[in-house]
Amino acid sequence: MCLAIPMVLVERDEFEGVAEIDGVRRRISVMYVPEAAVGDYVLVHAGFAIGQVDADEAARTLEVLREYADAMVEL
Amino acid sequence: MSGGPYSDPAAVAGLLAELRTAAARLEHRLTLMEVCGTHTHSVAGAGLRRLMPERVRLISGPGCPVCVTPVAYLDRALALAALPDTVVCTFGDLMRVPSSTASLERARAEGARVEVVYSPRDALELARRSPELRVVFLAVGFETTVPAVAGVLDEAERTGVENFMLLPGNKTMPQVMRVLVDDPELEVDGFLLPGHVSVITGWKLFEFLPRDFGVGGVVAGFGPTDVAQGVLELVRQALDGRAEIGNVYGRVVTADGNRLARELVDHYFEPADEIWRGFGVVPGSGLGLRSRWAHRDAAQIEVELPLPSEPVGCRCGEVLRGVIDPPECPLFDSGCDPESPIGACMVSSEGTCAAWWRHERWAAGAVR
Repeated sequence: MCLAIPMVLVERDEFEGVAEIDGVRRRISVMYVPEAAVGDYVLVHAGFAIGQVDADEAARTLEVLREYADAMVEL
Repeated sequence: MSGGPYSDPAAVAGLLAELRTAAARLEHRLTLMEVCGTHTHSVAGAGLRRLMPERVRLISGPGCPVCVTPVAYLDRALALAALPDTVVCTFGDLMRVPSSTASLERARAEGARVEVVYSPRDALELARRSPELRVVFLAVGFETTVPAVAGVLDEAERTGVENFMLLPGNKTMPQVMRVLVDDPELEVDGFLLPGHVSVITGWKLFEFLPRDFGVGGVVAGFGPTDVAQGVLELVRQALDGRAEIGNVYGRVVTADGNRLARELVDHYFEPADEIWRGFGVVPGSGLGLRSRWAHRDAAQIEVELPLPSEPVGCRCGEVLRGVIDPPECPLFDSGCDPESPIGACMVSSEGTCAAWWRHERWAAGAVR
């Protein structure tokens, strides 16, 4: 549960934003990441961006998550 | 398996070789505990526990928020869901956890109003759309999740959504870690610290470990290489006679975490005594709503509650405290499995029993 997913911020105003990963878009709150700009990677947890990561780190985290998801699907 | 830098078998093997060399110089066996459901799964999935050198014992603690949620909390959630004009909203992984009477899933099948949400924002939206209903969000989760709860409370206050409430059940790690580190049955020598909890809290939150207990900790990410790196760093600390808070997740975690999130959490919540499955009441380990926000507190609603009772034979509490491994429970894979779970640690995909069942029961010789 304590896992945040890296997503690209594609729209934002002060409180609300839209983030995307693998073609999936979600409305999120960006109230905790005032410095995140459109195009940045944010860590999304329970509908809130809680931090920022660079593109390299996002790619690494996503890779681990995909393996994790694959392992779940294999069961 | 695709094998990138964080899960690359060669990188893991390299780190493990380094770890074996370092561990050979240890004078006694180190017990290291991870306290994060995602670490539990990463360790189990990559078979890291079995790949540890003989002198490094890697155990799992209370890192699964659903698992540590006490049966009394679920009893109250069920009682609320049975009230007229009341909808209970929850994260999906709480649905199958048994209460004293039934799970939320079962109660829903029998007519109780329970909605699964991905975010507390969805619960707030439901409240906004349905002013005739009272919407209660089950606030379960650790420091990573609490900002989302504070955020929706803030929005409910700002936009005047009166029919949105919480059942407070969020928990914080430091107090329960104090209990663990003081447990003579365990003798924990170091902690692998949760990465995304630390995104919020910052790694400084854990400085009490070396300061008050002389025990070190390392914040680590979630891939097998991250975990192996964290363990290696803890072994190095032991070899050097150091105890400090290290951070091998420096790409993501800072000393102070997310200040805005911590401030808003503090605005709505204050430390409260909280029951953890397996631990009983841990003083100051929960987050209660400040009295100013009592109108949002669903724990104030009077309901009739059964006497809390745990599933007979289930040793989930001892698993959560790290004092037994899942195969030591008589129910493990013998009546309790992910298809028909009896205890919370088998229900949640983050639970230690579920992780062992999926990845480690063969090696553990636990299959009957």
